[in-house]
Amino acid sequence: MVEQVMTNPGAIESGGHMLSVRDLAVEFGQDRGSVRALDGISLDLRAGRVLGVVGESGCGKSVTARAILGILDRPGRLVGGRVLLDPGTSAEQNLAALDPNGAALRAVRGGRIGLIFQEPMTALSVHYTVGNQIIEAIRAHKTLSKAAARAATVELLREVGIPRPELRIDAYPFQLSGGLRQRVGIAMALACAPDILIADEPTTALDVTTQAQILALLRRLQRDKGIALMLITHDMGVIAQMADDVAVMYLGRIVEFAPVRRLFAAPRHPYTRALLRSVPDIRAVPRARLATIGGTVPHPGARPTGCAFHPRCQEMIAGRCETTAPSPVPAGLEGASCFHAESVVQEAVV
Amino acid sequence: MNVLEVEGLTKHFPIRSGLLQRETGRIRAVQDVSFHIRRGETLALVGESGCGKTTVSRCILRALSPTSGAIRFSQADGTVTDLATLSRRALRPLRRHIQMIFQDPYASLNPRMLVGDIIAEPLLVNGVPAARREARVRELLDLVGLPATARTRFPHAFSGGQRQRVGIARALALDPRLVVADEPVSALDVSVQAQIINLLLDLQDRLGLSMLFVAHDLGVVRHVSDRVAVMYVGHIVEIAPTAELYTRPRHPYTEALLAAVPKPDPAQRDAIAAPSGEVADPANPPPGCAFHPRCPFAVPRCATEVPALRETTHGSWSACHRTNELTLQGVV
Amino acid sequence: MSSTVSSTMSAALADDRMAQATQLQLTWWRFCRHKLALVSLGVVALFYLIAIFADFLAIADPHATDARRSYVPPQGIHLFDDGAFSPHVSGLKGMRDMKTFKLSYVPDPSRKLPITFFAHGYSYDLFGLIPTDRHILGIAGGQPVDGIFLLGTDQLGRDLFSRLMVATRISLVIGLAGVSLSLLLGVMLGGISGLYGGIVDTLIQRVIEVVRSIPTIPLWMGLAAALPNTWSVTQVYFAITIIISLVGWTELARVVRGRFLALREEDFVIAAELAGASQLRIILRHMLPSFASHVIAATSLALPAMIVSETSLSFLGLGLRPPAISWGILLQDAQNVQVLAGAPWLLCAAIPVILVILAFNFLGDGLRDAADPYG
Repeated sequence: MVEQVMTNPGAIESGGHMLSVRDLAVEFGQDRGSVRALDGISLDLRAGRVLGVVGESGCGKSVTARAILGILDRPGRLVGGRVLLDPGTSAEQNLAALDPNGAALRAVRGGRIGLIFQEPMTALSVHYTVGNQIIEAIRAHKTLSKAAARAATVELLREVGIPRPELRIDAYPFQLSGGLRQRVGIAMALACAPDILIADEPTTALDVTTQAQILALLRRLQRDKGIALMLITHDMGVIAQMADDVAVMYLGRIVEFAPVRRLFAAPRHPYTRALLRSVPDIRAVPRARLATIGGTVPHPGARPTGCAFHPRCQEMIAGRCETTAPSPVPAGLEGASCFHAESVVQEAVV
Repeated sequence: MNVLEVEGLTKHFPIRSGLLQRETGRIRAVQDVSFHIRRGETLALVGESGCGKTTVSRCILRALSPTSGAIRFSQADGTVTDLATLSRRALRPLRRHIQMIFQDPYASLNPRMLVGDIIAEPLLVNGVPAARREARVRELLDLVGLPATARTRFPHAFSGGQRQRVGIARALALDPRLVVADEPVSALDVSVQAQIINLLLDLQDRLGLSMLFVAHDLGVVRHVSDRVAVMYVGHIVEIAPTAELYTRPRHPYTEALLAAVPKPDPAQRDAIAAPSGEVADPANPPPGCAFHPRCPFAVPRCATEVPALRETTHGSWSACHRTNELTLQGVV
Repeated sequence: MSSTVSSTMSAALADDRMAQATQLQLTWWRFCRHKLALVSLGVVALFYLIAIFADFLAIADPHATDARRSYVPPQGIHLFDDGAFSPHVSGLKGMRDMKTFKLSYVPDPSRKLPITFFAHGYSYDLFGLIPTDRHILGIAGGQPVDGIFLLGTDQLGRDLFSRLMVATRISLVIGLAGVSLSLLLGVMLGGISGLYGGIVDTLIQRVIEVVRSIPTIPLWMGLAAALPNTWSVTQVYFAITIIISLVGWTELARVVRGRFLALREEDFVIAAELAGASQLRIILRHMLPSFASHVIAATSLALPAMIVSETSLSFLGLGLRPPAISWGILLQDAQNVQVLAGAPWLLCAAIPVILVILAFNFLGDGLRDAADPYG
């Protein structure tokens, strides 16, 4: 994949586009009309870079990952947009157009794109040993003898930092601690040497010291292998530590997109600002009050008119924000979907 | 004056196996834990899952019976009762003085009761007359920032944050001497979490609440607590006033915990550091100091001798053999 | 993305009507989305209406025999007579089949017998209280052999339609009675089991396992054989109900116990305990309402099993015995292939059995889905 990085003329310090999502829209069918869970999401995953996707629950960050992989839970369905694998190359493939259960998408899922879940037990079966499952995953995508696949699995477990992998390979998932299970989950995702990884809240269920270990592991693997990582989280701390670029989501849309340093130094969208201020800080003065965002995230079915954030926004422009929606952040460009930010020239992320 | 004094609290869970359910081992969930909570003070109990912090809180609420140790609770009239040995029946009149705020705002409210009835229930079962109940419920709703109309609604009409407010109102209904909050904000979204933290801070100021705050999020703990007790594998390894614990930790585990928190600052990358290895198994803890296999400062003595919790400076206690030699960094 | 779905609920619930809706209303709204279950509810209601008004709906005395009209095929009602609305049926006339020399009664279109509504017939007590002899249909005039045979007659010349009406009552009531009894047993034993735990729980659980491990048909056969022959129809009826429910309570006990165990650990139950609520209050106010809906759903799924039990017992000749009339007994007449070849309409008795079983199953499914509007 490194070759692609070199040959892509658009890339400077960062890698080429591995996956481009354009105008992705997802609806959840309900009895009384359907609810739009995702509305025009555009993202780029680039080799060797970490895209952080952050937002509160219900903002659609997990739906985005599931839509990309074609594993939306019913009654969710893709209603628009493209998911382009290897965009701009001769091998370009629109995953959104493939049959979600078809062989073509299955080959991509777990082959080119690895997936890490919040709770690795959802990806692992309790009835088979860890080794069996990884070996099976390897052999589903590659022709390897059993012995060779087993050797590769031991190597993989060692790589994700599992002590004594030649013993642990025969363990059942429930015999492992949460941290080790997540390591196995990562090994599973890496089984077929994917160049794209999607991690959906990979450390949310873990303790803080284990989280630190897993984050360090993810970063090392991602850097060593030049993987394009999409990291979904609600934790601004994790974003600050891990991401290169950040997409902030609110109610099914990307409200701000920026490189991580700029996002934390000069957030453009009032929602991003408020979100950053409301994070409890371990350096805080004891008993200090936090800045809050009034109200709660509205339901996608009861989306406010105009800018969806306006009922909670302290900088709302009366007569404008509640009637007109600000233009979305253009794909691949830095900026915020806010009238206050429109005066700022949107610039390409380099 | 101390509202609560816990001394030598120990809770073991037997591991049973085989046909005859013979005891084959013990999980030492809580081992010789001692601390106190002063009137109007918030003590945070922090640690990773399995460290025993929840077991401690359940023992204080007597949802669990301690294996040994004393839980001395002082009532408003000055009488001190040891909760650890009381029977269920003898406990009931004392229940009203210790209330709890739950972690999950969805599971902790009966979906089949109106919010007004949920908040009024503690009043009702403690014999408060109907007219007073009604007024008190209005007062409580106002206190936690909910409209009076919430009374006639069911919990399903509310968001997680609002439900947590209802849970707080219920816990405060009887003016408890002590509130045990078990991870009260960890199930909430960031923006809502901030609202609830601020509410708890306001309530501490206005009502002078005494609180045991069980949490794993060190950021949240820094905001709401006066003192912090850090637990590791059933033991308290350090207790100190909040600011001191964060800036001058005395135990390597506290240091590791603080270093592991991802800081919301991209300029401080690589400040993220994790201790190696896994949390020890409370059924089979390592000899000596339970943290020694992961501790970068461990010496041979740590592997053989269990360190006692000793006062280092005034009000700061640490259970580390090397606490006086080490200079730990704390939060940078 | 369960959070999306659950938040879908909470936003849809945002309006006042929803916010103040009780558990019953929410359940009903959810149930109404289940179209098949709604239709099934209608079917079940219809059947119970039939059960209540069985005698009124019966046209002829279900016990009245008349050898002359044995195996009369179903006959339709003619609505018009020479273009004028005048519902009537044809009278019967005896015809000798020239091949078999069997005398059989066939409709005679030349004899028109007008139908009257709310006609006088055999006397009965409506709701078991009001003595009356009114029936929905009847014919004016005609000979004793004549009648309205919507579904034909059986070997003894009894009107199948009327018998079906009465059988519906008996079969449904026996199902209901059996379920009520097993509900009582199940809730009590399951509740005790879940509430107290320990030795009591273990004991009850073992009893349940033993009861469930006994093969039902031999058990029924044994118990039914033990019923003295001298017992009256009513006594047998009650005995059968008890036999059926003795086997049926175990499933309900398991549901109740499971809910009890789960609820005991629920935060809101612990909260009530911390508030100082008594055990009784916790059970009545917090636990019972939370699983009542589950029990109702389990009950509606248990009912068809009860009905089938009764039907199969009676069909095998182990349950109710003539002159009692139940679906099983009606079907007993249809056991013989030769009889069926000559009088296929006897199989009609199977249709309500199938309908009711299906309806109860769909209804139970719908109720189970709707039972937990918060789940």
